Amino acid sequence: MNNSGLHNFWLADSAIDSTVFREQLGDQTCGACVIFEGWVRNHNEGRAVLRLAYEAHAPMALKEGGIILQEAMQKFAISKAAAVHRQGELALTEAAVVVGVASSHRDAAFQACRYIIDEIKHRLPIWKKEHYADGTAEWVNCRQCAAPHAHGEKHA
Amino acid sequence: MRTIETKVIEIRWFAAYREAAGVATETAHTDAGTAAELFAEMKLKHPALAPYSAALLAINDEMADWSRALKDGDEVLFFPPVAGG
Repeated sequence: MNNSGLHNFWLADSAIDSTVFREQLGDQTCGACVIFEGWVRNHNEGRAVLRLAYEAHAPMALKEGGIILQEAMQKFAISKAAAVHRQGELALTEAAVVVGVASSHRDAAFQACRYIIDEIKHRLPIWKKEHYADGTAEWVNCRQCAAPHAHGEKHA
Repeated sequence: MRTIETKVIEIRWFAAYREAAGVATETAHTDAGTAAELFAEMKLKHPALAPYSAALLAINDEMADWSRALKDGDEVLFFPPVAGG
């Protein structure tokens, strides 16, 4: 495992085995390991969700994911960090994203893990489509990108 | 005055934009000087994109500003707002 963090982010096409994180992060100098899993839940904003699909632009997602891990290595007193994000179709209860951090002491591991998942959600070119029980589907976060009135245009 | 030159631009659409455009990739022969102008031009070509305001874009796999001048051969990626995790 490369300790710089740059190569410890990847995309997965099938179920994530989070036990690999324990092997990857294992370090005799570390007394703390925080692993966060983001799961596919059956509801969002009052609507029943049946399944999800993630679409990623892999070259930029991999690069930016590595940069986020590298930032965490620099900002917090941690020894190792790794993260993986799913792409494609996901069923309920599956892990969509897993972040793992190991450090000498727990405070830094908790803080770094929180930093990494928040940055992943805001910065990676990954889009989520929710399929609902009523048969409809919607790209999350894109409701506001369809402006109802022309004067709502920002850039045209 | 800026010289208008027809450029060949590769366009990639993602997520909601891809579905609205009906294609994932296309080649545009365009006089658009900036990505913002290209987006406006593409809304005329793909009416289903009309309700969408521009969100994020990348040029040649680097995040870019909407005012950035396009060059012949650029690959322009139009990104809806992201929602990972």
